[in-house]
Amino acid sequence: MVEAINDAFHVELERDDSVLVLGEDVGRAGGVFRATAGLRDRFGADRCVDTPLAEAGLLGTAVGLCMAGWRPVTEMQYDAFSYPCLDQLITHVGRYRWRTGGGMEFPLVVRMPYGGGVRAPELHDDSPETYYVHTPGVKVAIPSTPADAKGLLAAAIRDPDPVVVLEPKLIYRTERSPVPDGEHVVPLGEARLAREGDDVTLVAYGAMVPLCERAADVLDGEASVEVLDLRTLRPLDEEALLASAAKTGRVVIVQEAPRTAGFGAELAAILAEKAILELRGPVLRVTGYDVPYPYWKIEDAYMPSVERVVDAVRKLLAF
Amino acid sequence: MAQLAPGEHELRRVIDEDREVDGLGEQELLELYRSMVLLRTYDERSVVYHRQGRIGTYAIFWNHEAMQAGAVHALDDEDWIFPSYRESAIGLLRGIPAATVLHWWRGHPAGWWNPADYNVASICVPIATQVPHAAGLAWGKKLKGESACALAFFGDGATSEGAFHEGANFAAVMQAPLVLFCNNNQWAISTPLSAQTRAAALVDKAVGYGIPGIRVDGGDVLAVFEATREAVERARAGGGPTFVEAVSYRTAPHATADDPRAYIDLDRVEQEKQNECLGRYERYLRRLGILGDDLDAALRAEAADLLRDGIAQAEAEPDADVSLLFENAYANPPASLRTDLAELRRILGGDVG
Repeated sequence: MVEAINDAFHVELERDDSVLVLGEDVGRAGGVFRATAGLRDRFGADRCVDTPLAEAGLLGTAVGLCMAGWRPVTEMQYDAFSYPCLDQLITHVGRYRWRTGGGMEFPLVVRMPYGGGVRAPELHDDSPETYYVHTPGVKVAIPSTPADAKGLLAAAIRDPDPVVVLEPKLIYRTERSPVPDGEHVVPLGEARLAREGDDVTLVAYGAMVPLCERAADVLDGEASVEVLDLRTLRPLDEEALLASAAKTGRVVIVQEAPRTAGFGAELAAILAEKAILELRGPVLRVTGYDVPYPYWKIEDAYMPSVERVVDAVRKLLAF
Repeated sequence: MAQLAPGEHELRRVIDEDREVDGLGEQELLELYRSMVLLRTYDERSVVYHRQGRIGTYAIFWNHEAMQAGAVHALDDEDWIFPSYRESAIGLLRGIPAATVLHWWRGHPAGWWNPADYNVASICVPIATQVPHAAGLAWGKKLKGESACALAFFGDGATSEGAFHEGANFAAVMQAPLVLFCNNNQWAISTPLSAQTRAAALVDKAVGYGIPGIRVDGGDVLAVFEATREAVERARAGGGPTFVEAVSYRTAPHATADDPRAYIDLDRVEQEKQNECLGRYERYLRRLGILGDDLDAALRAEAADLLRDGIAQAEAEPDADVSLLFENAYANPPASLRTDLAELRRILGGDVG
């Protein structure tokens, strides 16, 4: 997946010379995960910029770069290190276009590796999507396949609005599948049916999508499981969500972020409002727990697992 | 890397030394005065409009006009200004209509403007968060090979914020053409400068960023102009940012909702009022024989007319349509916003189920 992200950068920086990459260690080192490898050599130190360690300053500077006509792509080195940038995101990034009566666009991207399960130190494992999706004025995309990682990043770079792209680092290197060459754009707001089924829908995004597919494999012969990969949380493909819920009548939402007020709660609310008569049982959630993300010797117990997903599906089928 | 001495602590002055500033002829001196009168009139009228219930809570900038006009006059039109709420009317000096700024204080969406039309960023309400924007704009212009620079206004309290530090450091590292203009009026609402920093002078912070610092009498419009011009010239020549500390004193409440009698030294306020910046400059111009009673009266009448027309225009503006709740936050809004607007229109139309 990380090669696909790197590929997207090479294509988009070549295509549009107003695209500029900035972040900590993105230039000389090519990013701690190598997502920006080769950009500095190919496009110069002014197009792939190593910045001081300042996440709020980084995003605030990107706001000013937009005003000067650039399309900045910022990298937050890790999920939990992005929290300082929420100051700029909430107070300015999500509001500036509105504040100018739509006169000025802020086509910036905030991307970051996110999520747990990688045996990393504290605060390298968070799933902060709720903070971002709760902020009006920004869009949020989360790929689950290499091709989507390339296509959604390209869409984010080309989009006239600020877009946050959360890249599931658990599958940065494990998810390997073909990626289209050259320009490849996956439109924001279109979910992907990762697997078709008739009895129950698993709704997920990011690293939880392949997990749900494994759960579907386990349930093979027992239940026909549909897996819906949302791809973007805002704009949300509500149509796809409601269509799948109407088809199977049973929905389990899987997210690795803590449960309370997580994005799964929003999805469950939409289903309650708009699909109540189509549902044959309660909407269930399999989520991280409402605790700080744990140290890695016990992180497997925190993360949604195939077993927890299978258990939820069986409960729902038996309802 | 250049060796930088700690900033000069002595305030640079022009008016009290009865000096003249190179390059400022009679016309330019009067233009500066005109700008100060305009700002003063805007501010005094706004306090009245607030008391009359015609605008909302208002952040007063009385006795800050020398810093605002002096700094802006040192810029070219291509240069960008990043105001805090204390400089809410700074756009008047760039042609933003008075009605637009009054709309902003009336909480009406007609107070929106496009920064690119005037090279004036939106009024920044949270403290210091505009500093990184100014750094980014200045750096971005430099990367594009353009000559424009940026000036960020902020107060003494802002120097304690992370956003100030991150923006200043970014600008210094990128050698962005930026003027970091600190309006040190010595109060952040009720917090005095002594509770804000242990630094002997705010200008000393410049050393930490490896940039030059200048300390100037903020009540002396010509000293402010001269200092800012020096910073702008350095920025345009590729010399990177400069920190300008303009020292003044807040003689008015923080805002119309504030009562400073609980915390401020009223004798000091009275003393500072006697030496307020517009009067100082007016006396200087009269000493030079540039300004007389007739011209002064004409300039003040011109500003009063502008405000009278501005508030009339603002009050004549129809209420904003509720569609403005949903427009403008996105270029491509999520579909849910259209549904929300349709529902809201139905209910506002009396069609309540």
